[in-house]
Amino acid sequence: MRRGMRLAAPLFPAAAALGASFGVLARTAHLDAAAAVVMSATTFAGSSQVAAVSVLGGGGGVAAAVAAALLLNARYAPIGISVARSFRGSVAKRLAQSQLVVDESWALSRGDRGVLLGVGVMLWFAWVGGTAIGALAGQAIGDPAAFGLDGAFAALFFALLATLARSRSRVVVAIAGAALAAVLIPFTAPGVPIIAATAAAFAGWRRA
Amino acid sequence: MSAGWATVIAVGAGTMLLKAVGPVGVAGRTLPASLERVLELVAPAILAALVVVETFAGGRHLVVDARLAGAGAGVVCVLARAPLWVVVLCGALATAGVRALQ
Repeated sequence: MRRGMRLAAPLFPAAAALGASFGVLARTAHLDAAAAVVMSATTFAGSSQVAAVSVLGGGGGVAAAVAAALLLNARYAPIGISVARSFRGSVAKRLAQSQLVVDESWALSRGDRGVLLGVGVMLWFAWVGGTAIGALAGQAIGDPAAFGLDGAFAALFFALLATLARSRSRVVVAIAGAALAAVLIPFTAPGVPIIAATAAAFAGWRRA
Repeated sequence: MSAGWATVIAVGAGTMLLKAVGPVGVAGRTLPASLERVLELVAPAILAALVVVETFAGGRHLVVDARLAGAGAGVVCVLARAPLWVVVLCGALATAGVRALQ
């Protein structure tokens, strides 16, 4: 777990800054500060929170906001199943620990639950703390897009992918997954391309 | 209850369930070997899709904007074997730099 916390240290400021930008966005969509912080603490999945709040801010209803967010988070079902083997203990303990699964903690852990929990805890505090600052301090912070944080995430996920792509089958599956996502973006709701990309993993079904 | 709070509660509960599916429902069981091989490939598939979505997706449109510079900087850093925090920093700086020039 310590190792995970060390691994997450460089991501801490980025997560806090993104949390702050979510806090600002939530207030502009007329969520009160407490609701923004509660959402970060319970949902703890950035893109889905931004999506839900954007739908509300754009005049969409609760059902549309919830559907957009849950579609984006549907990937956590296959992601959770892929790390499930390393989880032990009572149902309550596993339920609590499973909430620390986010893209970054899962990708950095490579199946090591201790690392996953360490990264997850660090990012949770950064995300929730950042949200509180953004929701309370509001527009004083400025536009987070100016800091280029949105572009940093593509770089981060590419770096994590590069550490995984050590065999030919993994490289082929990654290329297929990327192609599937690219093709589906114009035709499906946000979130669907990422879940559909997992279909590429079924290439491993028959290979002995 | 306000629309904001209703959304917060529904999204929170739904996401907690989605995250719990694996660690609570599947934990400790041994899965068939073919399924294990599929699960091992889920990570590269989803990460590759995340790279594409974070770089090119703007809602339902494929867009080329400053994020591509961030992704490109990330690729260069990875090829140069830079540590993760350098990759993230370069990605942010490249994105912000290109955006400032526009």
